[in-house]
Amino acid sequence: MPIINIDNKNYEVKEGKNLLEACLSLGLNLPYFCWHPALGAVGACRQCAVKVFKDADDTKGRIIMSCMEPVKDQLRMSIDDKDARNFREHVIGWLMTNHPHDCAVCDEGGACHLQDMTVMTGHSYRDYHFTKRTYNNQYLGPFLNHEMNRCIQCYRCVRFYKDFAGGKDLDVFAAHNHVYFGRQQDGILESEFSGNLAEICPTGVFTDKTLKQHYTRKWDLTSAASVCQGCGLGCNILAGERYGAVRQITNRFNAAVNGYFLCDRGRYGYEFVNSDQRIKTPMVHHGPAEQSNGIPVLEHVHHRMVPGKTIGIGSPRASLESNAVLKELVGADNFYLGVSAADHDLVSLSLRLLRQGPVRAASLQDAAAADVVLILGEDVTNTAPMLALSVRQAVRRIPVAAAQQQVHLAAWQDAAIREAVQEDKGPLFILSMQETKLDEIAQGAWHTAPDNIARIGYAVSHLLNDTIPEVTGMSEQGRDIAATIAKTLKSAAHPLIIAGYGGGSEAILKSAANVAWALHDLGIDAMLSFTVPECNSMGLEMLDGHRLESAVERALNNGADTAIVLENDLYRRLNQHSADLFFNNIKSVILLDHLYNTTAEKATVILPAGTFAESDGTLVNNEGRAQRFFQVFTPTTAVQESWRWLLQVAAVSGHAVLSSLQHLDDVVKFIAATYPQFDGITTLTPDAHFRLAGQKVPREPHRYSGRTAMLANENVSEPKPAEDEDTALSFTMEGYRGEPPSSMIPFFWQPGWNSVQAVNKYQVETGGPLHDGNAGKRLIEPNVNGHTPFYTEVPEPYLPLKEHLLLVPCYHIFGSEELSIHTPGIAARMPAPYLLLHSEDAKRFQVTEGHLLHFMDNGHHYTLPVIINDTLQQGVAGIPVGLPGMQIAEAPQLIKV
Amino acid sequence: MERPLTQHIPLSGAALQLKEYEAVGGYSALRKVLQELTPKEVTEKVKDANLKGRGGAGFSTGMKWSFVPMNVTGPKYLIANADEMEPGTFKDRWLLEGNPHQLLEGMIIAAYAIQATQAFVFMRWAYKEAAQIMTRAIADAYAAGYLGKNILGKDFQLDMQLHTGVGRYMCGEETALLNSLEGKRATPRAKPPFPQVSGLFGKPTIVNNVETLSYIPHIMNKGGDWFKSLSYTADGGTKIYGVSGKVNKPGAWELPMGVTMRELLEEHAGGMKAGLRFRGVLPGGASTDFLTDAHLDVKMDFVGVAAAGSRLGTGTMVVLDDQTCPVGFVHNLEHFFAQESCGFCTPCREGLPWTEKILLALEQGKGTYADLEQLEIHTQLLGPGNTFCALAPGAMEPLQSALKYFREDFEQHIKDKKCPYAHH
Repeated sequence: MPIINIDNKNYEVKEGKNLLEACLSLGLNLPYFCWHPALGAVGACRQCAVKVFKDADDTKGRIIMSCMEPVKDQLRMSIDDKDARNFREHVIGWLMTNHPHDCAVCDEGGACHLQDMTVMTGHSYRDYHFTKRTYNNQYLGPFLNHEMNRCIQCYRCVRFYKDFAGGKDLDVFAAHNHVYFGRQQDGILESEFSGNLAEICPTGVFTDKTLKQHYTRKWDLTSAASVCQGCGLGCNILAGERYGAVRQITNRFNAAVNGYFLCDRGRYGYEFVNSDQRIKTPMVHHGPAEQSNGIPVLEHVHHRMVPGKTIGIGSPRASLESNAVLKELVGADNFYLGVSAADHDLVSLSLRLLRQGPVRAASLQDAAAADVVLILGEDVTNTAPMLALSVRQAVRRIPVAAAQQQVHLAAWQDAAIREAVQEDKGPLFILSMQETKLDEIAQGAWHTAPDNIARIGYAVSHLLNDTIPEVTGMSEQGRDIAATIAKTLKSAAHPLIIAGYGGGSEAILKSAANVAWALHDLGIDAMLSFTVPECNSMGLEMLDGHRLESAVERALNNGADTAIVLENDLYRRLNQHSADLFFNNIKSVILLDHLYNTTAEKATVILPAGTFAESDGTLVNNEGRAQRFFQVFTPTTAVQESWRWLLQVAAVSGHAVLSSLQHLDDVVKFIAATYPQFDGITTLTPDAHFRLAGQKVPREPHRYSGRTAMLANENVSEPKPAEDEDTALSFTMEGYRGEPPSSMIPFFWQPGWNSVQAVNKYQVETGGPLHDGNAGKRLIEPNVNGHTPFYTEVPEPYLPLKEHLLLVPCYHIFGSEELSIHTPGIAARMPAPYLLLHSEDAKRFQVTEGHLLHFMDNGHHYTLPVIINDTLQQGVAGIPVGLPGMQIAEAPQLIKV
Repeated sequence: MERPLTQHIPLSGAALQLKEYEAVGGYSALRKVLQELTPKEVTEKVKDANLKGRGGAGFSTGMKWSFVPMNVTGPKYLIANADEMEPGTFKDRWLLEGNPHQLLEGMIIAAYAIQATQAFVFMRWAYKEAAQIMTRAIADAYAAGYLGKNILGKDFQLDMQLHTGVGRYMCGEETALLNSLEGKRATPRAKPPFPQVSGLFGKPTIVNNVETLSYIPHIMNKGGDWFKSLSYTADGGTKIYGVSGKVNKPGAWELPMGVTMRELLEEHAGGMKAGLRFRGVLPGGASTDFLTDAHLDVKMDFVGVAAAGSRLGTGTMVVLDDQTCPVGFVHNLEHFFAQESCGFCTPCREGLPWTEKILLALEQGKGTYADLEQLEIHTQLLGPGNTFCALAPGAMEPLQSALKYFREDFEQHIKDKKCPYAHH
C-alpha cells in the first residue's frame, strides 16, 4: 500500500483513491462539497484544496484539489499549510457572497454541511459588501422544497438526479454566477429517487417537504435505527420523532443494502404513523375498552380463544417476532399466512429456489456490481425501486471498466469516466408485460404476456444447458431474443437474473432459476434477485404457515370461532367475496393493527399495534437478510408492539411457553431456539444488557433541547423518561457518546459534522462499510451441493382469445403499498384506477381512452376507465394493484369482457 | 519578407476561391503528403518545425499530435478552433474570410497525421461571413475530391462539418469546446485525460487554432528549416499580429515572429492618435498582463513576452492610452470575464463578479482601500491550479498588472471619490 506524508506524518493509504478520500478515511478533517463517495469527484467547488510538495526540500509547494489528485506513494501534502487554509477559507467566502445567511429559518440548519464546512474553514467575517443575487424558487411537487438562493452550485443535485439516478427533469441552467438548478418549469419532480436531493444537497436548497409540515431540528429529534417498511428490499433508515410524531426518515448507510440512498416511497411513506386513522386505544365492539390499564381487554381476548377453534392470521408487514409469537399462541396447525394466494405462491417459490439452488440472492450492492442483467417480468422501478437504482449502476460496469482501462482512469474520476463512456451501456435485457422505466437503458426490452416471458426464460436456459428441454413453437423473434440473451449471459462474469412478484407468474420464477442455475453450472458467478411484495414477506414465508384460503375454508366449515388477525387488512389479501365469507363465518375477530381499515370494521376486539416507529422487531428482506429495527419513541397511548400484546394475552391464558417471555431478547431467543432457520437473529445486534463504558446508547443527541419544557403546559415537573428494557438504547440524551455498534446507530453525528455527511466518520473508508460491519445477517445461503433438477414445465404460449383479455398486474411505487399512501404527498402521486389496453383491443371492444370498460372477476364487477398502452401485447390488459378503493383482482387471469 | 499565410488573400477582402487557391499551389501539400508521407512522418515534420500553437498557449503542435494513440479502433476527430472570442483578437477572422482552403488543407493533412475520419470547424457565432465562406469552401473541397471517401484516390477518408457556436468565450477553451460540440454545457473538463486520448465523444481528438492549422500546408511544402528561417527568434514562422486601441492604423499584419512591440506600434499601426500618449498594452489579447513603455523593445514571441512578465497569447495587442481610465478599462474586461465564466468552479464563478463589482464601485467613486486589498487577494487566489481552467487566471492578468503599473489611478479614484477621467 502506498505511503503518503500528510503534514509531516506518514500514513499508509489505499491505492486507487484520491487524496480527499484518503484524508477522510484516515479520519482527518478536510472540507468538501462537490465530491460524494457515491458520485465521485469533478473538482467543481475547489473546497478541498491542499498543498502538495515535490519532495521534502520543496517548501513552496503548490495548491491542488485533493479530490482530483490520485494517491501516489511517497507523495507529500499538507492540509494545514497556510496558503491552503487561506484558500479554503476564501472558497467559503465566495460561496457566501450570495448565500442568504438564513440559517435560523432554514430547514437545513443544524444539519447543514455548509454550516459545518464554514466553521471548519474558519471563515467568520464577511468581506463582500455588494448586493446578492436572488432567484425564483420552483414548485417541485409534494416531496421537496426548493430555495435556490441558498445554492452554492456544487452540482451534486444534477449529478445524482441525472447521472446517477437517470432522471430527466432536473438540470442546470444559465451560466456564470446565475447558474440555476431546477426544472425547466415548475412541476413535480418525476424521479422515484428525488428525495435523495434533500440529503445530497449540502445546504438548504432541496429540503424535505414532509418534514416542513411538522418541522423539528435534527438535534431535537429522538431517533433510532430502523428498516424501511415500503417494500421487500429492507433499506436501512433512520426515523426521527418529537412530540409523538415521526418527523422524518433519512438514510441509514448500509454498504450492502441501500448505500447512501432511499426511494421516495421509503423516505416519505412514513406519515401513516401520524395518521388520524391510527387506532390508539383497545376497542371492543367498536367502543373503547372499558378500562385503560389493559387487563379487561386482554380478558376479552382470552375468553374468545376457544382451544382448537382459534386461528391466527399472520402478516408480511409485521415483524418476525409478532408473527412467531402469534404462531406459538394459536399453534402451528392454526397459523395462516395472511397473504394472497398469488403472493404466497410466488414468495414461497422464491424461497425454495434460493434454498435449493447454488445461486446466491443478490444484495443491492451485489446487484449494482452485476455486469449483465436479465429482468424477467418485473417493473423493478415500481416493485422494488432501489433495485432499479442498482440496475442503473450495473449497466455502467462494462463500459466504465473498458474506459478505465483505455484511458487509465480511477473509479472516482466521474466526469472523465462519463465522458469516455458517453451513452454506452452494458447489457440489460428486460422482458416485461408493458414498457418500464428501465427500458430506456436496456439493450433489449420486449413486452409480452407472463407465460411468453417464461417461455423466453426457458428458451435461454435451454441454450445454456441442452439438458433443459427446448421450447417448442417459438416464433423466430422469440428465438432471436433468447439467443441474444443466452450469448451475452455466457460471456458475463457476474450476471444477475431478476424476477419476482411483479410478474405474477411462478413459471417466470422457475425459468429465472433455470437460467441462473445453468449459468452456475457453466462456472459463471450468477446471482438471483427475487423481489417480494412486503417488508417481511420473506420472513413470514420462512416462518411457514397455512394458506389463507384454507382459513376461509375452515371458517366455512365451522372449524374456527375466533381469528386473531395480525397487522393485516384481509380485504387486500382476499377478494371481497371470500373476505366477506370469512368474516361472516367467524364469531370473533381480534385485530392487532395500526390503522382503522375494512378488516377493523369486522373486528370484535381491536388492539392498537405499534408501527415500526413504536416497535422493536426483526424483518427479513428478499435476499434473506434479517435486520433489526428499533423503537423510535414510546407512545403515550396504549399502542405497543403486537408481539407484546400477544405475550400479554398468552400470560392471561397461562400459555406454557409464551408466558415466560417478556422482553425482545426473550422472544428473539425463543424464535432462534424454535426455528433453526432463524438461528442467526440473536446476533443481529447486541442484547439489552449491552453497555458501552457502562452506559446505554442514547436516542437523543446531546444538544436535544426543551426537555424540561416540552410538557410544562401539562405539568411543570419533568416526567421520568421511559425505560427501554428491550434494547441497549435509552430514550434520553444521557449515555455513551461514542460510536455505537453499526446496527444500533440512532443518528450520524460527530464533532464538527452535524449533517448526514458525518457518516464518513463511521466508515472504514469513505463509501466503505461501517466500522462495525454492515448491519444485518443473511439467513439464506446458496446450496453448496448444487441444485434440484431443472424445471421443465414450459407453459403454452399465450395467444389472445376472442372476447377475452389476460389481466396482468401493474404495480405503482406510489399507490400499490398499503401504508405509505397515508402520506398525503404519496397519495397525491397515486394514479386513479384504470384498465390498460392495447389500442387494437380497444377497437375490438369499441372503447377509446377514457371510456369505461366493464368486466367481471370472481363475481365482482369492475368498471374502469381505459388507458391505451400499445406496449402491451394484444389481448393483455393491465390493472393497477392495491390502489385504495379498488378490489383486488387476481392477476394474471383471463377475464371475459 | 515572406507572408505565407496571408500573401494570397486578395486585397479586396474577398475569399480566395478553390481554383484560385489551386492556382497558387493550393492542395499540392496534401497531394504530396498523401503520396509520400506516412501519418507519423507528417507529425515528425511538424515537430521538427517546432510550430507552436497560435491559439495562445504556445504548445508544440507536433508534440500534441504525437499523443494521439495510433493503434486504436473507432473514430478520431480533428477540430479547428475558430471560436475567436478573445477581446481584441481578430487574426483568425482574416484567415477564415480570406483563405478558407488553406485552413481546410491544413486540417486534412492534420487529420491524416492522426488518422481522424471526421473534422469540425468550430466557429464563433458572430463570424457570419466567415461561416458562409467556409460552408462554400467545404462544399467545393468535397466536390473536388479533397474531402469524402478516397481522397485524391488514396485510401484516406475525411468528413468535414462546420459548427457555429452560440457565442460563449468559454468555447475557446478546447475541452469546453468539445463539450459544447457534443451538445452539452460549455464547461471545461479536467485534464488528464487530455483530448488527444479522450476528447470529442470520449474519442482521441486534436483541437488546433485556425492560424496553426493554416501553417501546415506550408510546412509540408517547404519544411521545418524554411519555417524557422522566417522568424527573427527561436520561435519559428511568421505570426499574425494585431493592434487595436487608439492608434492611427489599427489592423493585423503577418510579420516575422519576434518583431518588437515598438515596430508594431509605430511602423505598422502608425503610432498613437494625435494628442494621445501610449500608456500600456495588453500584448496578446484581453487575458494577458499589461506591459508598458518600458517594454516596447520586447520581442513579440512566446519567450520574449513571457520574460517581460506577460504572454504572447494570440499576438493581438490592445493599447491603452493616457486619456482612457485604466480602472474603467479593466472593469470592462472583468465584466466580460465574469459574464463569460461558465459557472462551474467557485473562485471564477463568484470571484470574477466580485472584482467586477469592486471595479465598478471604484469607477463610481464608492471604492475603498479595503476593496483594493480585495482585488489583490483575488489576483493571488484566482491563479492557475486554484481554478478549474485558465479563464479566471487569464482574467486576473490584466487586473494584477494594472494594479502594479497604474496603482496611482486606482488610489486616485478612492481619494477623489470619482473617476478622474472624462467620460463619454
